[in-house]
Amino acid sequence: MVKLVINGEERQFDGDQDTPLLWVLRDEMGLTGTKFGCGIAACGACTVHIDGAPSFACVTPVGVLEGAKITTIEGLSENGDHPVQEAWRDLNVAQCGYCQAGQVMQAAALVDQYDTVTDEDIDAVMSANLCRCGTYPRIRAAVKQAAAAKSGTKEAEAQ
Amino acid sequence: MRNSSITNVSRRGLLGGMGAGAFVLAVGLPRPGRAQEEEPEFGRDAMPNGWRDDPKIFIAIAEDGTVTVTCHRQEMGQGVRTSIAMVVADELGAEWDNVRVTQAPGDEEKYGNQDTDGSRSLRHHFMPLRRAGAAARTMLEQAAAAQWGVDVAEVKADGHKVSHAGSGKSLGYGELAAAAMDLEVPARDSLTLKDPSEFRYIGKNSIGLVDNMDITTGNTTYGIDVRREGMLYAVVARPPVYGGKVASLDDSAALAIDGVEKVVQIDPAEFPTEFAPLGGVAVIAKNTYLAMKGRDALQIEWEDGPNAEYDSEAYRESLSQAANSDGGKVIRDEGDYDAAAAGAAQTVEAEYYIPHLAQAPMEPPAAVVEIKDGKAEAWACVQAPQVTRLRLAERLGLSEDAVKVNVTLLGGGFGRKSKPDFVLEAGILSQAMDGAPVKLTWSREDDIRHGYYHTVSVEKMTAGLDADGKTIAWRHRTAAPTIGSIFAPDPAQKLPFELGMGLLNMPLAIENIRAENPQAQAHVRIGWYRAVSNIPHAFAIQSFAAELANAAGRDQKDYLLELIGPARQIDPTNQGDVWNYGENPDVYPVDTGRMAAVVEAAADGIEWGREMPEGRGLGIAGHYSFVSYVAVAAEVEVVDGEVMVPRVSIAIDCGAHVNPDRIRSQMEGAVIMGVGQALMTEVNFAEGRAQQGNFDSYLIPRMDRAPKRIDVHLVGDDAAYDRPLGGVGEPGLPPVVPAITNAVFAATKKRIRRLPIADQLRS
Repeated sequence: MVKLVINGEERQFDGDQDTPLLWVLRDEMGLTGTKFGCGIAACGACTVHIDGAPSFACVTPVGVLEGAKITTIEGLSENGDHPVQEAWRDLNVAQCGYCQAGQVMQAAALVDQYDTVTDEDIDAVMSANLCRCGTYPRIRAAVKQAAAAKSGTKEAEAQ
Repeated sequence: MRNSSITNVSRRGLLGGMGAGAFVLAVGLPRPGRAQEEEPEFGRDAMPNGWRDDPKIFIAIAEDGTVTVTCHRQEMGQGVRTSIAMVVADELGAEWDNVRVTQAPGDEEKYGNQDTDGSRSLRHHFMPLRRAGAAARTMLEQAAAAQWGVDVAEVKADGHKVSHAGSGKSLGYGELAAAAMDLEVPARDSLTLKDPSEFRYIGKNSIGLVDNMDITTGNTTYGIDVRREGMLYAVVARPPVYGGKVASLDDSAALAIDGVEKVVQIDPAEFPTEFAPLGGVAVIAKNTYLAMKGRDALQIEWEDGPNAEYDSEAYRESLSQAANSDGGKVIRDEGDYDAAAAGAAQTVEAEYYIPHLAQAPMEPPAAVVEIKDGKAEAWACVQAPQVTRLRLAERLGLSEDAVKVNVTLLGGGFGRKSKPDFVLEAGILSQAMDGAPVKLTWSREDDIRHGYYHTVSVEKMTAGLDADGKTIAWRHRTAAPTIGSIFAPDPAQKLPFELGMGLLNMPLAIENIRAENPQAQAHVRIGWYRAVSNIPHAFAIQSFAAELANAAGRDQKDYLLELIGPARQIDPTNQGDVWNYGENPDVYPVDTGRMAAVVEAAADGIEWGREMPEGRGLGIAGHYSFVSYVAVAAEVEVVDGEVMVPRVSIAIDCGAHVNPDRIRSQMEGAVIMGVGQALMTEVNFAEGRAQQGNFDSYLIPRMDRAPKRIDVHLVGDDAAYDRPLGGVGEPGLPPVVPAITNAVFAATKKRIRRLPIADQLRS
């Protein structure tokens, strides 16, 4: 059995400990915001934060996560108001929307971690996440907008 | 002479009369009560079950004023839920913040045609939905006037309320809703539609997607997300070769896994397979992981069947041989090609190859079916819910009335989810579990290896130029397996709707033209993929146009415009195209002026003609499809044989704009999908088996390969709302690839004739 904290709540799973976190979240916990796209860490649709770090839930066996803090798209912010979520809506980034939970989680980790975000950073980090609809130009713009909003917040906090 | 029996082949229309093996296409046939000699129907009128404009079907207004618009077209990223709500809300005079959208189940008797394909949701339903909104607005006015005892002409509905100027009275829509919806729907010809100058949402850029909040907070429900009480989870091991079946099965190891509930064999599909499941062995378990683990533990020997030898390299050679031989079915013959070719000063030949593609929507096919008290209910990400309902009912031995298909959001469609085979699989498995809800999920490998593939083709082009470099003879031979092969014994010839996708109806002014279609047999399921046969046709025609420019020593764009010729309107039936995307050729002629205008706009957008540094080049291509006009100009940089596409300019004329932001997003997405097709995306086969299986081998662009700059130019009369609309979802794609490969030629002097480029430019 493994105990972990998901979106601030203590949860446990006593099934097959090899079960990827993805299927524990989706099938066992009912948290379907985290998506299945490939099962081999090749598309990023399953991106969640494990102890703050963006991670592929589809290849992470739940058994190694004892005590870990997991954040999924459902728990990224209280009211959907993380700067990345706001920028995504502001720029109408989504098309079908399916990959966007993973994109948002990846982008949130990026802008939370760095004060400035360059095109090269975006290429390096966001290339982990596939989008078949082709929303990349708007993802790029939204990451920049969110980063600017975030650093504005940081500046405001510093003053 | 227009042939009404084949004029209106819709994707769905293929279904109608083909079960018996006859190539009778349902929608062109006379309807009950119609005399055969009547004028043929086109567009929305010709679609199965037509269209509806009854406000009581599409609009509900609650007491608190909340307006709920029922969307009967499926959302797969094109923004249709938002766009339809914009249309209805605008005519209704509703405040956007008080508008909600609900998704209709599959029920065409009620909603009219629901097949979401062919880039026609707004093209066909813009006017009916405007009328629905206007009718509801009128009914609210009538209700208010009756309550106040004044003439209806004295009141006006707008801003979510009806006002009476004379008395200063006003009532909110919520207060009037019950009375208004009790009224009779006013006659269609009595309605006054808004003047476009009064539009608040239609044609405006400011509208956020109705699903934005849910998408950004993980609160959406796609087919794969549906949960039901007591639900079980299933995956299927399918025959690795199309048409194969189980020879022997040992499921003991799978059944030994704790949590695996049952192993079920599904009958193999019979040819033609249409939308039937391919068969195989299903594992049903307590969660998806256990189902997949169980599937891995199955010991199956397969009997591969008639397609076991399918090999993409050998097949390419056979297509090439066919395309280089005389005797193919002549599908267009104008002027005297042979005489003109014989008299040409210069002959140019080129052969193009376009591989199979898989749609690979990010959400793989997935569905839940539950059967209770003799009734089946499905929740599924399907483009065609009514077809799903009919096929599910047939497969489960139920009446249509006993089957309900709820439509979820689609995590991408691109044509894959026009086929309900996966919903039938879920239904079969629910039946095997005594009706318990079963979620059937396709893994990515299932999706890439067992798809309905984009056709594979060889396009052989030959042209003669005169001494001035003018193209005086043009021959196009197309060899490709047809989508028709899934509906009937393989005809081995492309169907009229496939030939009408940019081959027969190309907007070029050449006097002597011949097009031929040699035979080609299918060895996998061929299906619709965004833009369908326009992909190979545009690649061949627009690459060849650039090759001819080069042969003539001319600028590529100038030569393309010359080929397009003077502004004129062509009746596509005179080009041998009897389909015309199902539309009336009088209303939707091929307009070369519009074609030339988008070429100019795309060229301007990339600053055509500027000096390019070493290793960089510009290319251009234009293509007419889904009754819209699109041109793409691309800039490429080739470094060590790697192609980057830093900048693309894309111009579309799709008539008036309903949701310009979604037109732009569709063009952006088309560019990126096209970048993939140019550079990396393909499925090929060896020993009948797909050689790609997941995103590590089936390559689509990532952020680092996406153009840093995509400029979308909306061209044409964007406010001509009285004129018919063009398609948006698909037409952006076809010209992208040739624009890129033409740019590669400009950069490297190497002509790409085989897709994808992959490592062809590495020395």
